Amino acid sequence: MIGGLFIYNHKGEVLISRVYRDDIGRNAVDAFRVNVIHARQQVRSPVTNIARTSFFHVKRSNNWLAAVTKQNVNAAMVFEFLYKMCDVMAAYFGKISEENIKNNFVLIYELLDEILDFGYPQNSETGALKTFITQQGIKSQHQTKEEQSQITSQVTGQIGWQREGIKYRRNELFLDVLESVNLLMSPQGQVLSAHVSGRVVMKSYLSGMPECKFGMNDKIVIEKQGKGTADETSKSGKQSIAIDDCTFHQCVRLSKFDSECSISFIPPDEEFELMRYRTTKDIILPFRVIPLVREVGRTKLEVKVVIKSNFKPSLLAQKIEVRIPTPLNTSGVQVICMKGKAKYKASENAIVWKIKRMAGMKESQISAEIELLPTNDKKKWARPPISMNFEVPLAPSGLKVRYLKVFEPKLNYSDHDVIKWARYIGRSGIYETRC
Amino acid sequence: MPAVSKGDGMRGLAVFISDIRNCKSKEAEIKRINKELANIRSKFKGDKALDGYSKKKYVCKLLFIFLLGHDIDFGHMEAVNLLSSNKYTEKQIGYLFISVLVNSNSELIRLINNAIKNDLASRNPTFMCLALHCIANVGSREMGEAFAADIPRILVAGDSMDSVKQSAALCLLRLYKASPDLVPMGEWTARVVHLLNDQHMGVVTAAVSLITCLCKKNPDDFKTCVSLAVSRLSRIVSSASTDLQDYTYYFVPAPWLSVKLLRLLQCYPPPEDAAVKGRLVECLETVLNKAQEPPKSKKVQHSNAKNAILFETISLIIHYDSEPNLLVRACNQLGQFLQHRETNLRYLALESMCTLASSEFSHEAVKTHIDTVINALKTERDVSVRQRAADLLYAMCDRSNAKQIVSEMLRYLETADYAIREEIVLKVAILAEKYAVDYSWYVDTILNLIRIAGDYVSEEVWYRVLQIVTNRDDVQGYAAKTVFEALQAPACHENMVKVGGYILGEFGNLIAGDPRSSPPVQFSLLHSKFHLCSVATRALLLSTYIKFINLFPETKATIQGVLRAGSQLRNADVELQQRAVEYLTLSSATVLEEMPPFPERESSILAKLKRKKGPGAGSALDDSRRDPSSHDINGGVEPTPSTVSTPSPSADLLGLRAAPPPAAPPAPSGAGNLLVDVFSDSPATQPGLGPSPEEAFLSELEPPAPESPMALLADPAPAADPGPEDIGPPIPEADELLNKFVCRNNGVLFENQLLQIGVKSEFRQNLGRMYLFYGNKTSVQFQNFSPTVVHPGDLQTHLAVQTKRVASQVDGGAQVQQVLNIECLRDFLTPPLLSVRFRYGGAPQSLTLKLPVTINKFFQPTEMAAQDFFQRWKQLSLPQQEAQKIFKANHPMDAEVTKAKLLGFGSALLDNVDPNPENFVGAGIIQTKALQVGCLLRLEPNAQAQMYRLTLRTSKEPVSRHLCELLAQQF
Repeated sequence: MIGGLFIYNHKGEVLISRVYRDDIGRNAVDAFRVNVIHARQQVRSPVTNIARTSFFHVKRSNNWLAAVTKQNVNAAMVFEFLYKMCDVMAAYFGKISEENIKNNFVLIYELLDEILDFGYPQNSETGALKTFITQQGIKSQHQTKEEQSQITSQVTGQIGWQREGIKYRRNELFLDVLESVNLLMSPQGQVLSAHVSGRVVMKSYLSGMPECKFGMNDKIVIEKQGKGTADETSKSGKQSIAIDDCTFHQCVRLSKFDSECSISFIPPDEEFELMRYRTTKDIILPFRVIPLVREVGRTKLEVKVVIKSNFKPSLLAQKIEVRIPTPLNTSGVQVICMKGKAKYKASENAIVWKIKRMAGMKESQISAEIELLPTNDKKKWARPPISMNFEVPLAPSGLKVRYLKVFEPKLNYSDHDVIKWARYIGRSGIYETRC
Repeated sequence: MPAVSKGDGMRGLAVFISDIRNCKSKEAEIKRINKELANIRSKFKGDKALDGYSKKKYVCKLLFIFLLGHDIDFGHMEAVNLLSSNKYTEKQIGYLFISVLVNSNSELIRLINNAIKNDLASRNPTFMCLALHCIANVGSREMGEAFAADIPRILVAGDSMDSVKQSAALCLLRLYKASPDLVPMGEWTARVVHLLNDQHMGVVTAAVSLITCLCKKNPDDFKTCVSLAVSRLSRIVSSASTDLQDYTYYFVPAPWLSVKLLRLLQCYPPPEDAAVKGRLVECLETVLNKAQEPPKSKKVQHSNAKNAILFETISLIIHYDSEPNLLVRACNQLGQFLQHRETNLRYLALESMCTLASSEFSHEAVKTHIDTVINALKTERDVSVRQRAADLLYAMCDRSNAKQIVSEMLRYLETADYAIREEIVLKVAILAEKYAVDYSWYVDTILNLIRIAGDYVSEEVWYRVLQIVTNRDDVQGYAAKTVFEALQAPACHENMVKVGGYILGEFGNLIAGDPRSSPPVQFSLLHSKFHLCSVATRALLLSTYIKFINLFPETKATIQGVLRAGSQLRNADVELQQRAVEYLTLSSATVLEEMPPFPERESSILAKLKRKKGPGAGSALDDSRRDPSSHDINGGVEPTPSTVSTPSPSADLLGLRAAPPPAAPPAPSGAGNLLVDVFSDSPATQPGLGPSPEEAFLSELEPPAPESPMALLADPAPAADPGPEDIGPPIPEADELLNKFVCRNNGVLFENQLLQIGVKSEFRQNLGRMYLFYGNKTSVQFQNFSPTVVHPGDLQTHLAVQTKRVASQVDGGAQVQQVLNIECLRDFLTPPLLSVRFRYGGAPQSLTLKLPVTINKFFQPTEMAAQDFFQRWKQLSLPQQEAQKIFKANHPMDAEVTKAKLLGFGSALLDNVDPNPENFVGAGIIQTKALQVGCLLRLEPNAQAQMYRLTLRTSKEPVSRHLCELLAQQF
């Protein structure tokens, strides 16, 4: 169980310190600062053991969140909690910056009291929390008795994430499939490793307690349902995808998923993450990077990089950024590119080439001349891979939303009355090509 | 130094540094540095040449980045270029970069060396200094190789500036320390000494450092420096505080130089030249006098400088250790410091006094401060000072104040810091032992020590107590009582339990008389600690228990119960388990009873004999013979491989050659095996155990099958009647060989290239049996082999010897055995002769030996009390009954060996009879068939003169003389 939670700024000064258990002493705060934040060598492990005390930390914009425990806790649980904690704070006051933390420290302590009890994580659903932890302290006096009892019953009830009695004039829901594609490719274009991690995020503005059902082109579901109609199987067989593993929001009825492979749930109000998944097969790679590096003598390097977009010409990729690393003894760079802007960034030891938009099935190239300063170091340059960032309006895993049905038996609106929106965004994760 | 011009401000550097300082995170810093590095790279790469200023600026930035902990792999060239600049600042930055970042990079080092060379050759003193500093800072071997020859030249050159000389001296010192072999000694060394006379104090200071270092290696080369140093020192010491303007530090003239000069003088013995010495003593006295003067300033710097000189003076005085007057004055001066309020001074005073205490002149003077030092030990706040105080107490301790100091140290130990406890414990232990007047005080002290600081008492300390207690009879009882009392404390340290366990086990009987410390009480006290102790201690305690069983039979049942308990017999620790099991078994056997005295015997030679005859007789038995372990077990019943098939009882005689482990003599009553009984080494001393000795003996005398007694009796002829004409005279060494067997019964009687004769014999009452082993050492068969026993003169009436015939052929490498049964009829003087004849390769061989049967073999030891002895001694007072011999010792006079020999001779050794414990007194009866001859003997060794006086009194005159002669040859 979590014994305490600390938040430090980039200098290691303590911003928030909350201790839940007696086995965590005051010196634990300093132990983490000395051994991790101010460590002579950068600590890369997120879990650090100091004097039989475990510290789990995450970093958010130069601030350190550290959970401390002396017990043998489930580390995954602790990190899940820390991420959730970040989400909650972001939902309350936006960016987790030092200033925001300082300005909202009362709120943070209030939240910490609510979402952790004696070190055990409690309800951390932002929607639910917002009903009783507010930034206007006086408001609680105006709450009626009913409201208060409603909060109590909701928080302690079976469906802790959704309030009763919500009414919308327009029943609307938004569905985002957000995927990040990771790739490592050899210079010859061989895929060394690739996977997609995706999330389905839903934003619902639905009245009452609607029962929703979500369908996608998962191989297992398709095959199960498609048994009856062979025709459908053959048609959709190509499009179905194999999901390696997935997790669901707590509102999804897992028993029903296990038995019928159907995803049914009562959604919380506003935004939430319905599911997370990962695929490794049949990944659509939106871009192909073809590097060409030629060393001309000891003092010159010629680099040519071609990128090819590999999706429907009707789609437009955005925010394309190619990062070409330069040797450590670079003394000057000349860049020529047809499209976008390219610049040598000395502080990052890289040439950064930015393209705002690019349609599918196109090709673009950059060539650079890098001048080198001869050094007396015999070490050879390690040639780090060329990395790339982009955003494309498609799901690289091939996931398709087949349906999202809404049933609300108590209120009189049907599936047809709900306005539904769906969109696919594919982003680059670590998208690298060796050169 | 040239003033920094306005243009040299290097704003870019300042901006860069402030940027770095303002970085919020490590990443931001790295970004900034990457950017700067790229900038510098592009600048250095640029085609147009950089001016000196920007070069300097960028090199500075690189240096800064390097000092932040980032790798710099370029810019060296630019830094080297800076070296050739004519501007001081640029040169300086260049040298700085080189000193910090240079690695033995071949191409650059040549350029750097070249630049340095140029600067050294230039006439500009600033540049020369910079170059010298660079050499000293880098100080690498390459630098040394390049410049070690140049620098001494600069140092002694007449036209070098003072500052250059100073730098050169220090640079040379650095190179010398780094690689002494590189600095060539030469004529410059003589001139360096004269730098002590230099006008410039800085040069002198630097030179003194250099000379001090150099003269440690070659003291003779720099001998002349002593008189120069003394004169320089006296000039400084006698100067007024205003004389040396720049070098007067808070009213003290040139303190550093003084200290260094004093230190230099400590490298040499006191000057021999009286004038120099007088001057030096005068200086030292002046320093001591000055210490008494009131301070000229209240500032701490003033007193520090003054005291620095004073302490160095005192250590010089201690170093000389020849001026009692000065030593005592120094000691008094230090005594004043002992109570100074400055902690550092107290520390230094105690430290110096430690060395003073070892000087004979000042030891007494130091001792007068004992109370102050003890007080310091008790009240001092700083642990390091307390440690020095303890050191000093240790150093000043002698017989007169040992008790006081030890008791103070013990008292201090209770509150002492953990860091110095162990040291104090050792010191107390050493002092207590060194100056112990009576050992009960020593025992008390050490036991106290263990009680107070048991954890810090090392093994050696308590081992030492045990050694001392064991060796000193007078403290054993006291020690037993003291440990018994100490063990009664509810919680006592494990070391105490160890000491207690050992001492009670050894000497617990000395306090067993007191009902408060009766054996069961002792045991239960020890056993109450048993479960709290570590394995090693438990093992020791188990040994103590077994000693208890031996000392106090009444505790046997209890202790056996403890040993039998499952926690011991099935202990997880192998050592404990083994001890418990073995002790339990031992305790139920009689093994633990006191060992009877046993005669020494020769074992290794017989072993050799056996090994020699081994190869000829390869048989299945070989395995057991080769296995060394089978030899050890008490001789065992190991069959002898032999061509003459000798059955087991006699065959295992040879097996006895291996010395049996002393802990496991055969238990006479327990072992029903008569063989074991008779072949054990002490048959005569175990009367009444098992079958009566006579019976046992006689039953064994029965010859082993296949020869029957009848055969033996039927054919006595070869033994009795060999015919005198056949027998040659005994070989010359026969007497000598005989002497070997006076005090022992087994061994090799004779050996040459062909034949080896081994003997094994037992005697009881007037009977004896002797086994002769004839070993053929050659590979050829002996033919007509016939050994016979001859009785010269009328010996036959005195001694009856029956021999058994042996096979007439002895195969090569084989061994045959002959048994002789001997009966002593009357007392006899000459031994029988043994004649051996055989043909070896056709040539007849004959050999005559004296059979090792002397009258003393029939000795029966007799135990008697002192008064009985004296009574009988007086009865045998006729002059002819006494035989006395005074003779020189042929062997080292060892009491134990002598004892063993006397026992081997056959007499009983009587303790506590003679008033002089050094003397040996014995008694016994010679048994013959006809009569018994009582015999008393007394041997008085004189260790100084290496002489013995042996007196024998028997009832028969010739016996006295004969015995006296026999025995006298043994010592």
